[in-house]
Amino acid sequence: MSTEPNDWLIGQSVPRVEDDRLLRGAGRYTDDLHVPDAAEVAFLRSTEAHARITSIDISAAQAMPGVVAVYDGASVVDRIKPLLNAEELRVPPGIADLDPVNKLQPAPILATDEVNYVGQPVAMVVAETRYLAEDAIEVIDVTYELLPAVIDVEAAQAEDAALVLLGEDDNIGVHVRHGKGDTDAALASAAAVITETFSTQRYVCAPIETRGLVAQQDPFTGSLTIWSTTQTPHRVRDHVAESIGLPVDDVRVQSVDVGGGFGQKGILVVEELLVPFAAHDLGRPVRWIADRFENLTADAHAREQIHHITLGADADGTLVAVKDHIIVNLGARNMVGLVVPYNALCHLIGPYQVANADLEATGVLTNTTFTSPYRGAGRPEATFAMERAMDRLAAELGIEPSELRRRNLITSEQMPYETGLLDRRGVPQEYDSGDYPAMLDRAVEMIDVPAVRARQAAEPDRRIGVGFALYLEMTGLGPFEGARVEVMPSGRVRLYTGAPSQGQGHRTVFAQILADTMGVAFDDIDVLAGDTASIPYGVGTIASRALVTAGNATAQAGELVRERILDAAAGVLEANAADLTIEQGIISVTGTPSVELTLAELIRSVPKLAGGSGSDGLGETSYFQPPNYATASGAHAVTVEVDTATGRVEILDYVVVHEAGTIVNPVVADAQVVGGVGQGIGGIMSEHLRYDENGQPITSTFSDYLMPISEMVPEIRMDEIVCPSPTNPLGVKGLGEGGAVGPPAAIANAVEDALRPEGVSVRSGPLTPGRILDMLRSAAVSQ
Amino acid sequence: MSDLEPSGPPTAEPTARHTISFTVNGESVTAEIESRLLLTDFLRHRLRLTGTHVGCEQGACGACTIQLDGQPVRSCLILAAQVDGRDIRTIEGLAGPGDELTAVQQAFADQHGLQCGFCTPGFVMSVTSLREQSQANGRAPTEAEVQDCVDSSYCRCTGYVNIRKAARQALGLPIDVPVSLDSSSGQVSE
Repeated sequence: MSTEPNDWLIGQSVPRVEDDRLLRGAGRYTDDLHVPDAAEVAFLRSTEAHARITSIDISAAQAMPGVVAVYDGASVVDRIKPLLNAEELRVPPGIADLDPVNKLQPAPILATDEVNYVGQPVAMVVAETRYLAEDAIEVIDVTYELLPAVIDVEAAQAEDAALVLLGEDDNIGVHVRHGKGDTDAALASAAAVITETFSTQRYVCAPIETRGLVAQQDPFTGSLTIWSTTQTPHRVRDHVAESIGLPVDDVRVQSVDVGGGFGQKGILVVEELLVPFAAHDLGRPVRWIADRFENLTADAHAREQIHHITLGADADGTLVAVKDHIIVNLGARNMVGLVVPYNALCHLIGPYQVANADLEATGVLTNTTFTSPYRGAGRPEATFAMERAMDRLAAELGIEPSELRRRNLITSEQMPYETGLLDRRGVPQEYDSGDYPAMLDRAVEMIDVPAVRARQAAEPDRRIGVGFALYLEMTGLGPFEGARVEVMPSGRVRLYTGAPSQGQGHRTVFAQILADTMGVAFDDIDVLAGDTASIPYGVGTIASRALVTAGNATAQAGELVRERILDAAAGVLEANAADLTIEQGIISVTGTPSVELTLAELIRSVPKLAGGSGSDGLGETSYFQPPNYATASGAHAVTVEVDTATGRVEILDYVVVHEAGTIVNPVVADAQVVGGVGQGIGGIMSEHLRYDENGQPITSTFSDYLMPISEMVPEIRMDEIVCPSPTNPLGVKGLGEGGAVGPPAAIANAVEDALRPEGVSVRSGPLTPGRILDMLRSAAVSQ
Repeated sequence: MSDLEPSGPPTAEPTARHTISFTVNGESVTAEIESRLLLTDFLRHRLRLTGTHVGCEQGACGACTIQLDGQPVRSCLILAAQVDGRDIRTIEGLAGPGDELTAVQQAFADQHGLQCGFCTPGFVMSVTSLREQSQANGRAPTEAEVQDCVDSSYCRCTGYVNIRKAARQALGLPIDVPVSLDSSSGQVSE
């Protein structure tokens, strides 16, 4: 690195370069792209949760004004391969040794003979406008023969349960069991054992920009360009090419400005194969942007889990065993395999040391929309179960909940810490760094537990409570991400990477890293992320991985280009490369300040140098393969007051102490955490994607599906500790998801603490006024 | 003379056509539109003023907020045919290309009040409306008015904390909201 540490941009809150465009309304989101002659798509979707299709008649639709084409299942079944999120469904060897069930259930592109959830695509109309396409959808005639619909996960596991997917043997899509020690023996001899069922309801990503794409066949090259809202452009490229039978090099996917993703845009859905197919088939640009009804009913759902959890401890509160059976509602198909179930399983115990564990996860099919990762991907649900159980154990033993946690934490001296379990990759799970006791102590101090207890005693008529949630997340998922760094003819530097931004500020943060690495001015760097034409391989922005993987790839590529610059400049300046420095993009000879060369001057001379390397300029591509996860952590603490007359929960104070290694841009990082907390608050306080008993979604608008508005999210008091990760040169860890992991458990713990005098048990969210009143009533009845 | 040249309805469009004239960001526009065309689609796809975003088409999310005759409205709940003779202002009408950002836009940049930026034009137009209204009234907005204003749109990225700060900066109020242990700290009190 060329500049002095005190000049480094890493660690500074550099204002975002993204903002000016976005604030002027000059962003370019997918639906903003004007592609001449683009036709628009509307989908006919299943109105039934489970049915046989006995007939489809598209002839009237084909004759409607402005209709370009109508496709049904029969017309695409032999032309597009069914959808399989292959990367997510892959089972690594170590996990395969656990003998898991992971059924491959490719999604039909358009339903042919059976529909399995309301919202499943049945037919696609391409028309001159979306209005005309929707007109044509109205006249497609489908007849259904209803089949029994299975909505409840417990009912779906019954011996005589009806099948969610005809042709399967049962309704189990995923199963894995993993543990250590002898859990049953440890529980049998434990001084205290608590058993409870804690559930997380179905709630969803709901980015304000819905999923969409525009596909265009290039008339000159015949290749297909796709502008997309995706978080994973290279995966979309590979899937589209494979599914519609094009060479992968002839498909270009470009992620443009994207209006939030949170996981939903990180997996592929059939619509993303159908639209490029139509563009290819019709030789005409085709656009589809989901409307909100489609987003809420037919795009990926998330979260729904039940945990049957048991904790055992010694009399002093030392945990001796954890047993949990996790039931994950997969929806109508196994879309992403072990990702969410195993993530929940291997993050359940989190920062605690416990010798014995017996953890089982079952992914159950139901006739509901498929589920997939949403910010945290199994961790909020696991943390809800574990941290609620810790509070129950604390109550059982009469120990202050924060103190019970303190007694069981892994210490910083134990780092790196092997848990004795396998991580998602199937290798021994190792936490690389962290200081959980320091983190908890800070949170306890900030929320001031003694003051809360004193207040509870002093004001016995008020229902005030305090709650904590501790969690870890193993961030920086591999296998790799790449960066290409290139000095452009203007002398500016361009960075290309496969990990696009959905609002995280990559153009700013990656430029900070590159400026420090190369010694070029921040303002001379342009970051272009998520275009498969600019870098051949990539994974994407999911799983709190972009900073760790793409950030370190950026540093690696920047270092390589810096070496190339110095070598080339040495030739031009007739100096020794070792005597050259680059600062703010100006190359100079140490000790001879009069001799300077700008990058613009250098790049113009490079191809003309006699005896040059033959290389085409000053550019390098580098891929970073993280050797292990970088384990970030957080402690949330909250005080609440519950109004027992109205059932309203008020958040009085909310504290987050987090640890995510080296922080590149503190303002951006804090805002990521706060944004996550906002989503977590929505999850525990109001959001619930509900179905009726027939499998009809009944929260299909933003008037029914209640996300937080401003007044529901309080000021968040934040602090951080820093334990740079030894797993990567920058010492960074991911923090995109963490904020969303803590709130459900912390707030539920605080609410149960507040309502202890009423004898209320909080087993699930959302904690709406109506549900709080129900809990109060049932507690009153049972007392 | 307007450089906003609207494209017309597709030939196949079955609903009746109307000719409407109105102003957008100070420029006069005359356009032929079909009866059912939403104002959002007209602005975005016929005039290519794509700064106004569509998040729900149900009037709930606020991303499409524009000013109609100086008042903030959800443009997804308005038909293009309804704006004949009226005055529209969109995010593009605030700071022109190359001009300095307005005080409201600058406040969002200063406070990191946006992440993905998709909801941002709606928030900026809502806060701009409140700022202009308070300037016209010659008094600072009340805390209740500020809360109503920032409660008017959904943001899924920021958790609103920095949006509130941006709004307060833009409205000339102290930026940090005091945390009170006696009321929901998210609820600003008078």
